[in-house]
Amino acid sequence: MEINFYVYLLVAASTLYIIRMLPLTLIRRDIKNKYIRSFLYYVPFVTLAVMTFPAMLYATGSIVSGLAGFVIGVALAFFDGNLFRVALGSCLAVFITELIVK
Amino acid sequence: MEKANNNRTWYIKGIKDGIPIALGYFAVSFALGITAREAGITPLQAGCMSAVMLASAGQFAAINVIAAADTLIQMAVTTLVINLRYILMSSSMSQKLDKKMPFIHRLLLPCFVTDEIFGIASNVEGRLNPFYNYGAATVAVPGWTLGTILGAAVGAILPERIETALSVALYGMFLAIIIPGARKNKVLAVLVSVSMLLSFLFSELPVLSAISSGTRIILLTVVIAAAAAFLRPIEEETEEEAVHGD
Repeated sequence: MEINFYVYLLVAASTLYIIRMLPLTLIRRDIKNKYIRSFLYYVPFVTLAVMTFPAMLYATGSIVSGLAGFVIGVALAFFDGNLFRVALGSCLAVFITELIVK
Repeated sequence: MEKANNNRTWYIKGIKDGIPIALGYFAVSFALGITAREAGITPLQAGCMSAVMLASAGQFAAINVIAAADTLIQMAVTTLVINLRYILMSSSMSQKLDKKMPFIHRLLLPCFVTDEIFGIASNVEGRLNPFYNYGAATVAVPGWTLGTILGAAVGAILPERIETALSVALYGMFLAIIIPGARKNKVLAVLVSVSMLLSFLFSELPVLSAISSGTRIILLTVVIAAAAAFLRPIEEETEEEAVHGD
């Protein structure tokens, strides 16, 4: 029997919601254990770093422009840190590198 | 009154920080829309999916399940596995919330826990006001949804060069979140460098590269963050500094 698209979607969306919701509803107090607190404090840095590198190098289809975006992004983030400017700077670095290379 | 103003300030700040997210989302969700279209999903269906799921890898996987006409159990398991990292993100976010915050926010916030919104939220100093996330979602969700609908409706319309350039927008934003912290704090600098290095090795080395990117993210996050917590536990004051109001 063919399953309706929206039934699939309901299952996927509910599963996803539960994954995101459970920790927020179950962990309602500040964790006192310093190791667990430290772990949770470090999580975003590690996750975002792992997700960014090396994926960013492959995002453009050419390592050279991906690397340009990464290097410029790191440099801008180091001196500035504004989300929009860093994102835009990375995009521009890719754009210009692609113009030169291709 | 002051509280309402505070919420409003955070909401507006969220909108501002949500703009680069929306920009990056547009490019990614466009590609997602094209994939959905190829799987025989209509623009309306694809738009609904994006609005309620807000998950790039998770949606690509869900589209595959639908295209293959797999069972609902497969859909639930696939979604669970691909998106496990959100358990870590939501747990981390739970520690930034005020204990006295109304419970309803704990049910609303998870609607908008994406890699990017989680990223900017963890970048907030001290306690997190949920209205910051809502502000970001106000621009990011339409960006994500409209991009998907357009991609599903028309296929490739953006010039290739622009699309390519936009494909790094979200990564650029991630850098803007982690690098400033690494600049100020040596432990974080080492942490970020080690994370990138290991991620690189895992994606390049034989055997290790067979591990899917979703699993790699969870595995490395748990191992590296645990090692850092063990070697360099944070003493009370670092995070405790405060945070007046809610």
